[in-house]
Amino acid sequence: MTKRLPHPIRVIPRLDIKGPNLVKGVHLEGLRVLGKPENFARYYYEQGADELIYMDIVASLYGRNNLLHIVEKTSREIFIPLTVGGGLRTIEDIRGILCAGADKVALNTAVIARPEFIREAVTCFGSSTIVVSIEATKHAGEKYECYTDNGRVPTGFDAMEWAQRAAEFGAGEILVTSIDKEGTGKGYDIELTRQIADRVSIPVIACGGAGRLEHIRDVIVDGHADAVVMASVLHYGYIRDQTSERKDFTEGNVNFLMSKQGYSKVQEVALDEIKTYLANFDIETRRKVHAS
Amino acid sequence: MIVVVDYGMGNVGSILNMIRKTGGSAIISGNLKDVEMAEKLVLPGVGAFDNGVKNLQDIGLWDILNHKVCKNKTPILGICLGMQLFTDGSEEGNLAGFGWVKAKTIRFRFKEDARQIKIPHMGWNQVFLKKSSPIFQEMHKEPRFYFVHSYHLICEEEQDVVSVTRYGHEFVSAIQKENIYATQFHPEKSHKYGLQLIRNFVEVC
Repeated sequence: MTKRLPHPIRVIPRLDIKGPNLVKGVHLEGLRVLGKPENFARYYYEQGADELIYMDIVASLYGRNNLLHIVEKTSREIFIPLTVGGGLRTIEDIRGILCAGADKVALNTAVIARPEFIREAVTCFGSSTIVVSIEATKHAGEKYECYTDNGRVPTGFDAMEWAQRAAEFGAGEILVTSIDKEGTGKGYDIELTRQIADRVSIPVIACGGAGRLEHIRDVIVDGHADAVVMASVLHYGYIRDQTSERKDFTEGNVNFLMSKQGYSKVQEVALDEIKTYLANFDIETRRKVHAS
Repeated sequence: MIVVVDYGMGNVGSILNMIRKTGGSAIISGNLKDVEMAEKLVLPGVGAFDNGVKNLQDIGLWDILNHKVCKNKTPILGICLGMQLFTDGSEEGNLAGFGWVKAKTIRFRFKEDARQIKIPHMGWNQVFLKKSSPIFQEMHKEPRFYFVHSYHLICEEEQDVVSVTRYGHEFVSAIQKENIYATQFHPEKSHKYGLQLIRNFVEVC
C-alpha cells in the first residue's frame, strides 16, 4: 500500500482542438482527427471527469472563433471546471474566453514572452483562474528546457526555475507537459513532474505520456502530481465504443478514423476504470456520480 | 426572478446556465433596479476580497444588498468570495465585509508536517453536514463539491455552520443564517450535486 495522500487527485481529460475537430498527435505533432470535441466532452462529463482541458493547438494560425463557439456550447450543458489554452495573448483574449464560459486559462507563449503578464492576468481575474502551462524537453545533463508553439520553439528557459517564478508571479496552478513523452503512451515524465511539484506550493497537473493505468499511479505517487491529464487512453477507448463518430468528416487527416483501427501504443481505458484502479492504491478521487 | 449579481468578479455565466437548467428564471445584472426587484439573489465571485468590496460599493450595490438581505429578508446565496464577503472581514484585505454572519475569513495555515499540502485548495472534496438546511435537501449523504480557494471562514456562532470539509484541517464549507445561505465550494461547477443544491435554492429557499 502506498502512503495515503492528503487530498483527492483530479483526473482530467485533455481535448486538443483544431478548427471544429478533436485531434491527437504524437510529441504535439502529426495530428489525427478523432471526432467532435463537444461529443467527447459530454461523454467524459457523464463518465466522471473532474475537469476538462481544451487546447486550441493552431489558434495562432486559424483565429479563435471556432473555439469560442465550442466553449459556449460546452459550458451550457457541462457543469465541471473547464480550462482553455492556446493562442491567448492579451487580457482581452482571456476575458473573451472566460465570458464564453471557460473557468480557467492556460498560458504558455504569452507569459514566456513577458512573465509580468502572469501578474497582470492574476490581478484582473484572480490567481485560481490562471494556469501556467510548461511544455518541456529533457536535454543532456538532466536539464529541462521550456518550449512554446506546441513544442516547436525553444526558449532557453529552465523548466524548474520558470515554474518557481510563475508561482511567485501568482499563477494558481502549473500544467506540466513532457514533449518527449506526449502521445507516446510510454508514461509521464516522473522526474520533470516531481521536481516541479516539490519546488512550488501551488497544485501541479501532470500531462503527456499516459499509456497504461500504472503510468497514472506512478506520476501521482512518485511524481507528486496533484492532478493528472490524459488524452489518447481515453479518446481511443471512447472511439472504440462510438461508431457514429466515424461519419461526417471531410477536413484534416481522417484516414485513421476511417480505417477503424485501434491505437496499439496505449491501453484503452474509461475514467471509471482509472478511478477504480487508483482506489486500489489508496489514492482518493471523486467517483462517478450515478444518476439519481 | 433571481438576480445573479454581476460586480465584475469572475465568470457568472455558468451559474445562470445552471439555474436555467433547473427551470428557474434568472438574469445576470449589476443594475440597482434589478437588484431592488429581485425575489432571490446570488452573490458569486472569484478574486480578491477588497476588489469585491470596492466593486460593490462603486456600482452602488452595497447599501441595497444590505437592505434587501437584512430588512426584506430576501434569500441570498453567496458562493466562494461571495460567501467570504458576508463576514466581518478577511485576512486577504483591509476593508470590512457585510458582517451578516459573525465570522471572519482567514488563510489556510498548515502545520509543519503538512507543508506539502498545496494552496490554493483545488479539487473535489466531501462535505459533511453538521445540521440540516434547505439547500442540502434530497442530497446524497456525503456529497462531493468542487472547491477553489486559499481562504476560508471561521464562524463564531456554531449554529450558522451547515457543513464542514477537510483539507489539511477541518474548515467551514457551507453556512446558513435565516435567509442567508453560502457555500465555499462552487455548486455551479459541481455536476449533479451542484445542480441539486441550486435546484433547492431555486425551489425551496
